[in-house]
Amino acid sequence: MLEFTILVPAVINGLLTGSIYALIALGLTLIYGVLHIINFAHGALLMLSLFGVYFLHSLAGIDPYVALLILVPAMFALGYGLQRTVIAHASHGKDENVLLVTLGIALIIENLALFFWRSDTRTIDVPYAFDVIDVGFAFLSVPRVAAFGAAFVVAGLLWVLMTRSDLGRAIRAVAKERHGARVVGIDVDHIFAMSYGIGTACVAAAACLLLPTFYVTPQVGNAFVLIAFTVVVLGGMGSFTGALVGGLLIGVVESLGGLFLGETLGQIGIFLVFIAVLLFRPTGLFGDRA
Amino acid sequence: MMAGRYTAIGITVAVLAALPLAVTSNEVMMFLILSLMFALLGQAWNILGGYAGQFSFGHAAFFGSGAYATATLQIHLGLNPWVAMVAAMAVGGLVGGLIGALSFRFRLRGSYFALITLAFAEVLRVVAHTSDFTGGGAGILIPLDERAANFQFESRDVFYYVILAMVAGSLVLTRALEDSRLGAWMLAIRENEDSARALGVDTFRVKLTAIILSGAMAASAGVFYTQIFLYLDPGIAYGVGFSVEALLVPIIGGMGTVFGPLVGSFVLHGVDEVTKELTGDAPGLNLALYGALLIVMLRFLPDGLMGLMGRLRRAAGRRQPQQAGRLKEAGDA
Amino acid sequence: MLEVRNISKSFGGLRAVDNASLDVSAGAIVSLIGPNGAGKTTLFTIIAGFQKPDEGRVRFEGRDITGLPAHTICRLGLVRTFQVVQPFGRLTVRENIAVGAHLRHADRADALENAEAVARRVGMGAMLDQPATSLTVAGRKRLELARALATEPSLLLLDEVMAGLNPTEIDEIVPVIRSIRDDGVTILLIEHVMRAVMSLSEHAYVLNNGAIIASGPPRAVAADPQVVEAYLGHGAAKRIAASETAHA
Repeated sequence: MLEFTILVPAVINGLLTGSIYALIALGLTLIYGVLHIINFAHGALLMLSLFGVYFLHSLAGIDPYVALLILVPAMFALGYGLQRTVIAHASHGKDENVLLVTLGIALIIENLALFFWRSDTRTIDVPYAFDVIDVGFAFLSVPRVAAFGAAFVVAGLLWVLMTRSDLGRAIRAVAKERHGARVVGIDVDHIFAMSYGIGTACVAAAACLLLPTFYVTPQVGNAFVLIAFTVVVLGGMGSFTGALVGGLLIGVVESLGGLFLGETLGQIGIFLVFIAVLLFRPTGLFGDRA
Repeated sequence: MMAGRYTAIGITVAVLAALPLAVTSNEVMMFLILSLMFALLGQAWNILGGYAGQFSFGHAAFFGSGAYATATLQIHLGLNPWVAMVAAMAVGGLVGGLIGALSFRFRLRGSYFALITLAFAEVLRVVAHTSDFTGGGAGILIPLDERAANFQFESRDVFYYVILAMVAGSLVLTRALEDSRLGAWMLAIRENEDSARALGVDTFRVKLTAIILSGAMAASAGVFYTQIFLYLDPGIAYGVGFSVEALLVPIIGGMGTVFGPLVGSFVLHGVDEVTKELTGDAPGLNLALYGALLIVMLRFLPDGLMGLMGRLRRAAGRRQPQQAGRLKEAGDA
Repeated sequence: MLEVRNISKSFGGLRAVDNASLDVSAGAIVSLIGPNGAGKTTLFTIIAGFQKPDEGRVRFEGRDITGLPAHTICRLGLVRTFQVVQPFGRLTVRENIAVGAHLRHADRADALENAEAVARRVGMGAMLDQPATSLTVAGRKRLELARALATEPSLLLLDEVMAGLNPTEIDEIVPVIRSIRDDGVTILLIEHVMRAVMSLSEHAYVLNNGAIIASGPPRAVAADPQVVEAYLGHGAAKRIAASETAHA
């Protein structure tokens, strides 16, 4: 029996990490739900955002949390443009092709990053990076708790956007019936690009919350992209609740897996969850489509 | 009539066999050898993706398993590498069979299949990383012992002829597949799986056969890689790089055509070499270029260079109607 | 030859097929008619093994085939076509049909030869080298029929092979279907074109809301008040009868 004092912090840390996964997965699941594509470029876009946060801090001295105001709109615009100019045209409307096109985008972004910034591991130095709060049974990292809270705020904002705004209604209409939506006068191509843009903006938000306690390298996206896929598949492709719950769950699984199996084998735990869900319940925990 | 379908393969192989007579540079030889090796890996992907329509994003799983199988069988069991090659291809087929049995039994298609192959390649990478049997993260080194009986050759030329023979075999196999019932069924599944089922095609078995064939062929490329470089580590053998090359090569050359992977591989690595010359071998630039090529091909030439050649030929000849089956035509080139 | 007994199938709360039974005897052409959404295609799908019924059995040539996979059922000699045609788009007509022919002919050349013969039989001899995507609707419907025929079935399930065809095209395909039956293939067809149903079939079943509501010779069935109501709405039969009496 493991000590309570080890187990509880592990679970809490898992939840804290999981909130970031959830945020990344929210973007992925939105893109999937609307465009029905699996965005392979998601990890690369996260990496690009992390570099954005890094350079804003190291060159302009902008705090990562302030960088939210710059990066979120910037990445939204990039995502919007990518969908509008590259993905829509190159895929000829075939699902496998979209997958390949986003893979191509990922390769370009990742390897240009490698070319320009080399594979050095970079971190930023913020005064609050090592602040902790004592909650009695564990010490919690302040920036990670902040990230946890912020992730839920972003998720909440997204929920309000989707349910209360005209844009959200249009997005949901396109997600459900793209041809029908076109018939009633919705600009489907615009909605596709908006969805891809919002999905990318989620990744930018995650990057700003992540970097104070994390690092960036050109390959860093790979670590997240499969986890994000797992979360989305586990939660149910296209489900927001699923992405949130799935993200937290995977965070805990990873944390406990690392505790019991060691770091490297712990990763296998996630892949095994991923494979098992794909095989036995491809609709996920909250998915409604067979 | 059927024998005539092999003429183009015969001519191509003959021309390739004559190349070393004209080439003296070791670097150029290496370029030819690697281009052929990736043509073999690409052909493996092509059988599953181009013909049977199942897009794998994790062909490194087969390539790496073949590579590790041949290395570990030699190191730990002292097996002769030629024997180990056969065993390694069986391992590749087995890994393909396992992944296929799971994925196809549960009717995974399209994006889901791509994801699960990717996940399996990653699992194998982590396993190879943690297992002592495979040498862990430090990798595995095969002692240098250059004897033909040992599948190690002093001369690059001999390596070249070995890989050429393997590629020739893969071309003949693919052509034979095109002229067989199995091949017809694979195309039917690619085009419309429900229709295939309605016409009595056991889609599960056909897809399983395709992935086993593909896995064994990709493993043979992995074996060759091991024998020429004599070193493996998990990040190389099971890396995303091989998975990407495996699909890129046939996409550039033309999916579902016999010569697509061969053409694609030479073009891709030719472009790669030129970029290296121009930019001075900067890390990452070649893969970035691959990404750009992938998008450009999908955008402008979704049926690859073989498709383009087929169209040009028809435009020149004006014998056949413009819309005649493009893949088929290209395959007959 | 085919015995369908008490088949039921629900999707969520909707009962798509409700305790439906029908028989097709060897050498017959039997029609399955009914308004849109009556469950005709679902019933076909179940008979051909694409879906499992919640309840009920399907027997084919004396053998229980309920729940067998589609490709096995096809091998036994029962083949279906699709209402929404599903050609192998990038393959030629010849190659499309050869996929069906391969079921009984392992050799490629053999299958291609057979495909040609089948193509001629359904009047597609001139289109052999066209890719399936270049065909007209009528051409695609014929291709659907030809591919199924190439599997050398003893029972052919045709799902609206005439939908989307113009009157001339319908007149062309009716004799083709009849000649297939004359060659010894039993046929069960779903059809909306009543003219074709009348001229082709000896027996018709009417499906409404998932249940068989009438069966018999097509003309008798078409006059059945229950059937008229199913098509035209509640009270229609009475109104028609009343107006006919008034005119008499």
